[in-house]
Amino acid sequence: MLRIAIVGSAVAGFAAARALRRQSFDGEIVVVGAERHQPYDRPPLSKDFLTGACSAADLALEDPDEDLDLRWRLGTPAGRLDPANRRVVLEDGDEIRADGVIVATGARARRLPGGLADAHTLRTLDDAIALRAALRRGGRLVIIGAGFIGAEVASGARSLGLDVTVVEALPTPLAGPLGAEMGAVCAGLHGDHGVRLLTGVPVAGRNGDAVELADGTLLPADIVLAGVGAQPNVEWLAGSGLTVDGGVVTDEAGATNLPNVVATGDCATSFNRHAGRAIRVEHWTHAFEQPAAAVATLLGRVVPDRPNVPYFWSDQYGVRIQFAGHREDGDTVRIVEGDTEQRSFLAVYERDGRPVAVLGMNQPKLFTRWRRQLRAPISSPAP
Amino acid sequence: MLRPVCPLGAVPRGEAYRWAIDPPVAIFHTEDGEVFAVDDTCTHQDASLADGWLEGAEVECPLHASRFDLRTGKVDAPPAKHPIRTHRAEVIDGVIHVEVS
Repeated sequence: MLRIAIVGSAVAGFAAARALRRQSFDGEIVVVGAERHQPYDRPPLSKDFLTGACSAADLALEDPDEDLDLRWRLGTPAGRLDPANRRVVLEDGDEIRADGVIVATGARARRLPGGLADAHTLRTLDDAIALRAALRRGGRLVIIGAGFIGAEVASGARSLGLDVTVVEALPTPLAGPLGAEMGAVCAGLHGDHGVRLLTGVPVAGRNGDAVELADGTLLPADIVLAGVGAQPNVEWLAGSGLTVDGGVVTDEAGATNLPNVVATGDCATSFNRHAGRAIRVEHWTHAFEQPAAAVATLLGRVVPDRPNVPYFWSDQYGVRIQFAGHREDGDTVRIVEGDTEQRSFLAVYERDGRPVAVLGMNQPKLFTRWRRQLRAPISSPAP
Repeated sequence: MLRPVCPLGAVPRGEAYRWAIDPPVAIFHTEDGEVFAVDDTCTHQDASLADGWLEGAEVECPLHASRFDLRTGKVDAPPAKHPIRTHRAEVIDGVIHVEVS
């Protein structure tokens, strides 16, 4: 291969570029990105960046001492993949010919319909710059969605002195990733810190300066943030012949149904050994680590045999939440250390008596021990 | 100047001690019986390396996967880009002493 195009310039795209060089690819690498910024790290956008504790320069993923020799094509989204002619066509009509393509177009923030379509979202650096400016002006913030993004923004905004209300349509926030029991524990942090949390009520729309709920409640708002999840950027692949089911369907190592095209990061629905099926993962660690396997697949190298145990963390209200593994309904949860009331504990999720996931709140050391245990080929209780 | 920190016996092999000075220092007692002192805060994002995973003379950040060499402070894998400061550590009469660099 002489030239490889990486479509996507965020965490997964940049990790793919780095992996190509680390795996001795010395041809040309073209990185296509919809955003105008050089690759940056996203997790701080909802944390230290919002409160002003770090700047945009601190977010750069590139190491100044690292020369990856990349050709950048930033600020223009890809419009079409044309595998028969080995090219990627950009939305501005430009085209990039490439022997191999790495699809890493990630996901975008989901927007609400109707009068709330212009609510802030938080996914990109530009989103964060706009939200940060709004928070600095102060006032009443209404956050729609009590997921991790919503919770982290609530925490940051509260520390800046704003009046914050979080609205969640589900009866229990975070019930999907954590289950209802632990979701309720994490959601308790809002009340601990003077943030109002309303659950089980969908949002109806906007009513003047207020957000109106389905039960008629009006929440006056100077700033509205929609934290209602993300959707994969895969529309541009229509007609390419790639199999898409939610995300681009791949095996564990990023191989798609087309030769010389691999997919990785948030836009890929990949078989996951730990989950036992194909899943689309939106976690930073996945976007950072998985591209190395996709690159090995593309270059025809040996793919490292590492079980990919999903992992994510969240910092909110001075509390560190960490989760590893894959939870399913019916798993039992056991507190093995600490106390949920004290906001310091370790919970283990078990299925058929085997640990399948672990949740830590302010227990980084013990959490790491369990996380490594889950990574081991045969899980057994931690020492 | 070497300053006494804590008895060696208080830090079992394979464990770490977080010395809460400003900035905090992490002191590691390796499985091989060596003692190292480095800055406690990961150079990438706020995480305490004393909570990290110690393997040989390397520690893995508990938040992400960056690993630091305790002898040199060098980082072997992103996301961290910058090395951590190392400090001279010695055991004198069963007490860990550290000279902050």
